[in-house]
Amino acid sequence: MIKVCLIGAGKMGISHLSILGAHPDVQVVGVCDTSKIVLDVLKKYSAFPCYTDYQEMLEDAEPDAVFVSVPTKYHAGIVKQILEKGKHVFAEKPLCLTADEGEKIVELASRRGVINQVGYHNKFIGTFREAKRILDSGELGEIFHFSGESYGPVVVKRKQDNWRADPAEGGGCLMDYASHVIDLINYILGPITKVKGSILKSFYSNKVEDSVFSLLELSSKVTGVLSVNWSDETYRKMSTSLTITGSKGKIICDANELKVHLKTSSNAGYTKGWNVKYVTDLTPPVDFYLRGEEYSAQVDYFIKAIQHKVPNNINTFKSAWYTDKVISFIKESVN
Amino acid sequence: MERILFGDNQFFAVNHISDEKSREQSIKFKDDEAIIKTLDHAIDAGINTFMCTTHDRIANICDYIRKYPEHYSAFKIYPCMPYAHKYANAVTELGIVGTLREYVPGNFFGSIFKGGIAYLSKDYLSIMELMIDAEMKMFTNIDTPIIFLQNVITDLLLGLGMKDIFKAFNNYIEKKYNAEAGYITMNMPKLQYVLEQAGIKNPIICTSINKAGFRMSGGKELYESVLKTKQIRTIAMQVLAGGAISPKEAIEYVCNLPNIESILFGASSMNHIKETVSLIQKYDIQNQHKLGYNNFIINTV
Repeated sequence: MIKVCLIGAGKMGISHLSILGAHPDVQVVGVCDTSKIVLDVLKKYSAFPCYTDYQEMLEDAEPDAVFVSVPTKYHAGIVKQILEKGKHVFAEKPLCLTADEGEKIVELASRRGVINQVGYHNKFIGTFREAKRILDSGELGEIFHFSGESYGPVVVKRKQDNWRADPAEGGGCLMDYASHVIDLINYILGPITKVKGSILKSFYSNKVEDSVFSLLELSSKVTGVLSVNWSDETYRKMSTSLTITGSKGKIICDANELKVHLKTSSNAGYTKGWNVKYVTDLTPPVDFYLRGEEYSAQVDYFIKAIQHKVPNNINTFKSAWYTDKVISFIKESVN
Repeated sequence: MERILFGDNQFFAVNHISDEKSREQSIKFKDDEAIIKTLDHAIDAGINTFMCTTHDRIANICDYIRKYPEHYSAFKIYPCMPYAHKYANAVTELGIVGTLREYVPGNFFGSIFKGGIAYLSKDYLSIMELMIDAEMKMFTNIDTPIIFLQNVITDLLLGLGMKDIFKAFNNYIEKKYNAEAGYITMNMPKLQYVLEQAGIKNPIICTSINKAGFRMSGGKELYESVLKTKQIRTIAMQVLAGGAISPKEAIEYVCNLPNIESILFGASSMNHIKETVSLIQKYDIQNQHKLGYNNFIINTV
């Protein structure tokens, strides 16, 4: 059994906690949150040991691994303390408020030799994984252009009162929403090395941007567009998609559906013209389902990495740190 | 429960395989009349139970049903609560406590904050009851014999091991609404076990069951074995696995499984509704014949 603690039982934390609670190889040895109500409900109705002080929890519960799902501004400090104790860490995204903060914990995690993973769950969605496989195989030929998009209904009115509305705490569409798309582009297409210009616009929020539009360049010199808006109420939930155009074909991919258009039939089972595959064909089943296979799959992958069953090579601190770095490029590219 | 139940995903742009289709549906069902028309098609095809989320727009549908009692005299609704995205988006914006403050009706929360946490701690189940009442308000004077907990909440509580809340939900639905509680889940075998532990006998469970094994956590074989050996009243949903299997193959598989009391499906057009209903009826009749034939052999031997 892997002994796991969780710090921060908010929206993502409570979901991780449920998935961990159902995992056959995991024993949840401690949960810590600052909200009295959340903690009180957990105390009363779950069997998880509850703490108000995470340092006390880390001493007392002696976990093998810790999930950190607190507001981003606390990531660097808390993760550092956990790493210094030699524990494996799963942190929510984005990794840190700045690339400088992140660099230190990437280095520390590597020095301590612990398993480290960040919650960019799109990489555990079958359609995106297949898009990467096709791209890596070179079947699209020379890449001409790409666009990475994400839309959703997070802030659809002029009223907000939490950490997501505060830039100092890691709020805003860029860190909270666009980070997912940036991370996915880095993973599927290759690292973004230059941002040629950006528009960060607020529609409803006072202190943070509600949308991000950027022109990106990859290390391969391929260029593309980032378009993200979390104030779009025509979407029921967050919807992320990638469109990639090449000399031999084109991919349109979201979390549900992968559409591939090829000029000639390929060896990998795709024929000339349009091919459509669904997440149902591409996503392996999970043992416990909550909100999407990818949430369970990423937790399971982290646990398996601790058990030495899989390599620690998806969503490492290092890859998430690079996403933080691109976020800083975008901030710098405004105006 | 009736053999065939009509679902509402298509009305609210819930499509598990395509964002494009989901937008098309959103456009098609922009007006409430389009929803009502489709419900009437379902009624014409012999389906009299509508299983739906407590989405705001359902309130308008309920108004319409109340307005024409003769037409909908045999019509039943199985409410499924809560409409999860409403709360999920609220939690992102307001946090967990902020969401409770926003959605728990009346001054309950105000008085709690005045009274302090000690007062509150005894009353989490009362908060749940108030939230159920708020969601049920729109169904006043409509026949709602079964009231469901949505899968996001069921499965969240399941992973957290909060079986007492399942029991409390069950008890309150029985007591206040004189109805039965149902549970929607993507983790049927695990839920069946936990509900049994909680002392909920022969529970109504609505869950993904399809030939492709899609969203059947723990595996299709495990589901089939639970269906064979445990006492549950099962509603099969996502029988078409989001379109991954042909309707004929999909319905044949589900109709041949033991212990499936009802099949839930949603469709946007009259033809699709008719097609699915007639497929279910075809395989049910075939199975009755098979059963009759077997009985006949047993009786004569």
